[in-house]
Amino acid sequence: MKKFDSKNGRRFYGHGIPNVRPAQLTGKLIVVEGADGSGRSTQLVRLVDWLETEGHPTVQVGLKRSTLVSEELEKAQNGNVLSRTTLALFYATDFADQLENIIIPSLKAGFIVLADRYIYTLMARDMVRGMDEKWLKNLYGIAPEPDAVFYLSVEPNELVQRNLSKTATLDYWESGMDLGLSRDLFDSFLKYQTQMGDAFRKLQKTYGFDIIDANRSTDSVTKELRKKISALLKG
Amino acid sequence: MKTFAEMNFPGRLIAVEGLDGSGKSTQIYLLKRWLEAEGIKVYFSEWNSSEIVKSATSKGKKRELLTPTTFSLIHATDFADRYERHLVPLLRAGYVVLCDRYVFTAFARDVTRGCPPEWVRGLYNFAARPDMTMFFKADLEVSLNRILEGRPKLKFFEAGMDLRLSADPYESFRIFQGRILEQYLAMSKEFNFVVMDANQNVESQQKIVRRLVAERIDLKKFRRRSPLPLPPALAIQNGQDEKEEPAGDKAA
Repeated sequence: MKKFDSKNGRRFYGHGIPNVRPAQLTGKLIVVEGADGSGRSTQLVRLVDWLETEGHPTVQVGLKRSTLVSEELEKAQNGNVLSRTTLALFYATDFADQLENIIIPSLKAGFIVLADRYIYTLMARDMVRGMDEKWLKNLYGIAPEPDAVFYLSVEPNELVQRNLSKTATLDYWESGMDLGLSRDLFDSFLKYQTQMGDAFRKLQKTYGFDIIDANRSTDSVTKELRKKISALLKG
Repeated sequence: MKTFAEMNFPGRLIAVEGLDGSGKSTQIYLLKRWLEAEGIKVYFSEWNSSEIVKSATSKGKKRELLTPTTFSLIHATDFADRYERHLVPLLRAGYVVLCDRYVFTAFARDVTRGCPPEWVRGLYNFAARPDMTMFFKADLEVSLNRILEGRPKLKFFEAGMDLRLSADPYESFRIFQGRILEQYLAMSKEFNFVVMDANQNVESQQKIVRRLVAERIDLKKFRRRSPLPLPPALAIQNGQDEKEEPAGDKAA
């Protein structure tokens, strides 16, 4: 399931962060990945609820939530003016800011950090946009390896249904409209999500995360996640 | 790291590097004035000036939110934005692009701040090497005096206060600049810097700058032609194709 073994201590994927020793990061880092409509947010709410009830201190992080650049990133994205390298680095800055200000201090304090997406989504998005994988691997060598990564995998056709029933439309970026795969939002969404799924499976080979079949009911996914996390916490 | 010429870009990129107070900005400004007067298609780009990224950077600096890692990444974002949206298209259109600081500034500063050198270099490996990089080498004391005389209040990150080298901003600045200078000198050979004696007066330096640029770059190729070149499709119809063949996507 996972390559990381907490008994052997934590490690960074690459060069890490200056002056931070991985062994100081004693908390647990649990990542939930998946497309919009994969049930990610619902599952995270349930996990926090459960973990806190069980007496574990938790902290949540997610993409585009940094103090440093989230506003600017949102603005630039709305104008759709950024080229791919710039966008990749902008998101990496956002990630690094939360990494150093929230994730690392919380892990040092022994918290359970729940990440609503992590470097894998960022890498997959950039890969689909043609960025070099080696370059991305170096860039995200700042990231500590999580204790568990769950990728909620949902078929693109099912994602369409879930997104439409929720918002009656498909998100521009989640449809990869910037890539010009199709002028048609519906077609573009399906193509883009298929490519993202492929990128995730490719990353899975390197990073070894746990692929959860999230085509199933919310409750059965929750049950599986709890079971796996319980086992992890018992160590 | 190939140069733009080696990658068959029609344009050429000239960068200046050096410590704050080395006089490089004055020199590149005077170079720009000369090239403009010569009718060359010229564009000037300054470190840390991307419109989109600027407000995040200044917020980060003002509120002292930046760590060595985010400092490095936000400057790389700024550079990438200028590189992809301005430098590459201009270089493909046959411009002479002048850069006040280039990736070497990041290599020197971020490493001084404690970022791993391979990581920093990796971040910037999408960028080609300038066709000419002039390094303005002044004695440390000369640079320090120029800065400390004119602008007595040092900014937090400018003085390297984030490194906790000294509680005194002036002392911190001295140590920080000294370390950056060491980094520059260490990479001078590797990146083929043209080392300029920045202790000399401005006019004699500028004479040398102009002579070296004219020797290394065939400036008449970069004159602004009138009318401007046609888009490739029309140029072929009019039989003026193949003159400035774009370099392809190698650097994109």
